[in-house]
Amino acid sequence: MAEAAAGRGLWRDAGRRLRANRGARVALALLGSVTLLAVLAPAASPWAFDSLDWRHLAEPPGLTAAHWFGTDRLGRDLFVRTLHGVRLSLLISLLASAISVGIGLAWGALAGFAGGRTEEAMMRFVDVLYSLPYLFIVIILSTVLGRGSIAVLLLAIAAVGWLTTARIVHGQTLQLKRREFIEAARATGVPTVGILVRHVIPNLAGTVVVYATLTVPQMILFESFLSFLGLGVQEPYASLGNLINAGAQEMESAPWMLLVPAAFLVLLLGCLNLLGDGLRDALDPREH
Amino acid sequence: MPSIPVNTDVPAMSASQPVLTLEGLTVRFATPGGALTAVEGLSLSVAPGECLGVVGESGAGKSQAFLAVMGLLAANGRASGSARFAGTELIGLGSAALDAVRGARIGMVFQDPMSSLTPHLTVGDQIAEVMMRHLHLPRAAARGRALELLERVQLTDPARRMRQYPHELSGGMRQRAGIAIALACGPQLLIADEPTTALDVTVQAQILALLAGLKRERSMAMVLITHDMGVVAGVADRVAVMRAGRLVEAAAVAGILKSPRDPYTRELVRVAAPPVRGADVAAAVPGSTALAVSGLSVEFPVSRGWPRSPARLTALRGVGFELGAGESLGVVGESGGGKSTLARAVLALLSPSAGEVVWMGRELLSLGSAELRRLRGELQIVFQDPLGSLDPRMTVSEIVGEPLLVHRPGLSPPDRMETIAAMLRRVDLGAELSGRYPHELSGGQCQRVGIARAMILEPRLLVCDEPLSALDGPTQREILALLEGLRRDSKMSLLFISHDLAVVRRLCERVLVLYLGTMMELARSESLYSRPRHPYACELLDAVPVADPDVQPARLREARPGEPPSPLAPPSGCVYRSRCPHALAICAERVPEWEESGGGDRVACHRWRELV
Repeated sequence: MAEAAAGRGLWRDAGRRLRANRGARVALALLGSVTLLAVLAPAASPWAFDSLDWRHLAEPPGLTAAHWFGTDRLGRDLFVRTLHGVRLSLLISLLASAISVGIGLAWGALAGFAGGRTEEAMMRFVDVLYSLPYLFIVIILSTVLGRGSIAVLLLAIAAVGWLTTARIVHGQTLQLKRREFIEAARATGVPTVGILVRHVIPNLAGTVVVYATLTVPQMILFESFLSFLGLGVQEPYASLGNLINAGAQEMESAPWMLLVPAAFLVLLLGCLNLLGDGLRDALDPREH
Repeated sequence: MPSIPVNTDVPAMSASQPVLTLEGLTVRFATPGGALTAVEGLSLSVAPGECLGVVGESGAGKSQAFLAVMGLLAANGRASGSARFAGTELIGLGSAALDAVRGARIGMVFQDPMSSLTPHLTVGDQIAEVMMRHLHLPRAAARGRALELLERVQLTDPARRMRQYPHELSGGMRQRAGIAIALACGPQLLIADEPTTALDVTVQAQILALLAGLKRERSMAMVLITHDMGVVAGVADRVAVMRAGRLVEAAAVAGILKSPRDPYTRELVRVAAPPVRGADVAAAVPGSTALAVSGLSVEFPVSRGWPRSPARLTALRGVGFELGAGESLGVVGESGGGKSTLARAVLALLSPSAGEVVWMGRELLSLGSAELRRLRGELQIVFQDPLGSLDPRMTVSEIVGEPLLVHRPGLSPPDRMETIAAMLRRVDLGAELSGRYPHELSGGQCQRVGIARAMILEPRLLVCDEPLSALDGPTQREILALLEGLRRDSKMSLLFISHDLAVVRRLCERVLVLYLGTMMELARSESLYSRPRHPYACELLDAVPVADPDVQPARLREARPGEPPSPLAPPSGCVYRSRCPHALAICAERVPEWEESGGGDRVACHRWRELV
């Protein structure tokens, strides 16, 4: 009996079901290898992300060439730059997602569970922030704190991202609060924090995890948008966003400059979506 | 299967051509786990003007058989065999041809009238639509007929109901509207599938009386599908008993109820028989008062529109009673009577607008939240919805063990697991279930988990809020037996809320009758069930169907009409007076006293002395 019970549990079961999901397994493996590549390869490569190779300007890719993925107009190695971009984009988007989902989850769950005036005040605050144009916030933040800093970029993206999470979580919590098992927990004498941690949040987990995995690609896109406007990552640093933007301008003469970073972006987004679906199924015991 | 006793002793009507004849009707469902047979080789017939009761427990296939007749099976269902209606073979008929039959010549009444009515059309339009479509009546004529029909089904204030939407009606009113739709085209056959299962016992009696009257006056054939022998006793001429998709026996109603041949039928009749007081209910320990409730009132703000109007709904008014240590008190009444609100207020799960709840000398509502939480280990509750009261993301052992985590955090994990295992054994749940999730369990198993969670801290008060009403017959009996056993062993007090008077009688020493949140009568079980003093208690007891064909038709004829008034606008004086057959002028003027009526019983009625 102890064995049977010890062998199960929401997270343990979720892990098992995730491993049984072929799509999620492939996505996880691909994500892992791309991340590993992004972390290790630039160090191993003879080229730095900002070193110029005057002998190979705008060279197309080729396995036998000096630069596998080719070079850009300034002769910078695209392989190294793309992996640098992947690294930066992943870092920014994962951190920003974690921050915005974390704040949004806590904020929405607290507001929904507290009810009354607290709830009104918390959610009206979200509404007010929503109604401010977010570019305006980002511009103000970067003027005050300095343009192009990654910390500012993170702060800006997260400041906007948590609002939607908070609203989604708030709505879900309101639904959960009416369920009888929450009342059962209150009748047992579980303190409010315990109810939130043991009953509300695990039941929100499915929704939140899926939303979070969809937030990561959104954040990657948002970052590239800001970089394009000159508010994000600046040259010579590379992110997937500014690489794609640079590549788009050379689309006709040097298509690989667009295709290489775009292929990595598509790969990342596809894997994250597959993983999100897998996690959603894994976190819902009723699915199996 | 042994040969099936078919109706041999039925009066003249069998001479005429049957309206509906089923021969070897079989219904199968294709499921991922293989084909599932719901009905197998069912042969039955219904004569004109006859009411056939089809009785069986859930899963007997009784509904599926008649859904197949109507061509209403789920997409993965297939019917074979024969179902002839007035000379037409219905099995295999195309849906266009079926549409000419169903709704027009066969009417159907469903268990849940809310789901069979369209939410966005008024009641009048829905009834008129049926006649415009099948009888090609012009709109005005159809609406005129609809009004007549609503009058016939005794819907109060029919002209107003015509303009109302389904959600504005009570369950009983909706069922009347559903019957009006089924009757709209003057069908030859009416199929009623558990038409009263979702209704209060008083409304059930009204609806059954209506069906019995309609059958007499229209000489319409009727099929009444139910799990309750008491329901068929007053209405049916002949009864067919089904079990696991097969016909067990079919005979005249008196034959089935008085001399059932098959052991299974005998069992069904036995459990439907009017209950006697269980001999093993321990007499109340004449001990100390454990729980004392006084002057308890609960109001809910009902905000409508914007700006919000400050309307208040009074769910409980001035409820007070005492519960001794080890005693069990039943709380009965119709839905909307405030029973569940009382359960929650007693446990301080909601804050009352007035009154006190004193548990072992301590006023619960004035306690600090930490202190109240500590005390909750002694006060536990079992909920109505077995699945909904369990966290879908927790396993059985996590659910049952949660109270231990909260109240006995010092317990080591092995000790905790041992306590959980012992508790699961007490509620007869196998150890192999401890790792399951609630959705992997049956309704009865879920309720056992709920009971185990409530009992694991050995509470001194257990509140049960309709713990049986979501379960089917055999499961109800098992859970009831379990509760009886736990109570015998544990000396706890029990507050048992139920709309089922038979269950309360078996389990409780005293009974509190609530109506519109007000106490009508509080009496020892033996005096309430043998000599109810309050007219409302009489009405409740008279409405319980009795599985006796000699008595039940007469009881149905005496079913009292009337709907409970809106709790937003209760009558002045005695709240029951608008339905009371004995009401006088004084009842509207003054609220009756909560008077001693002998032996510690109390009653709130101006006239109880004359009426006894």
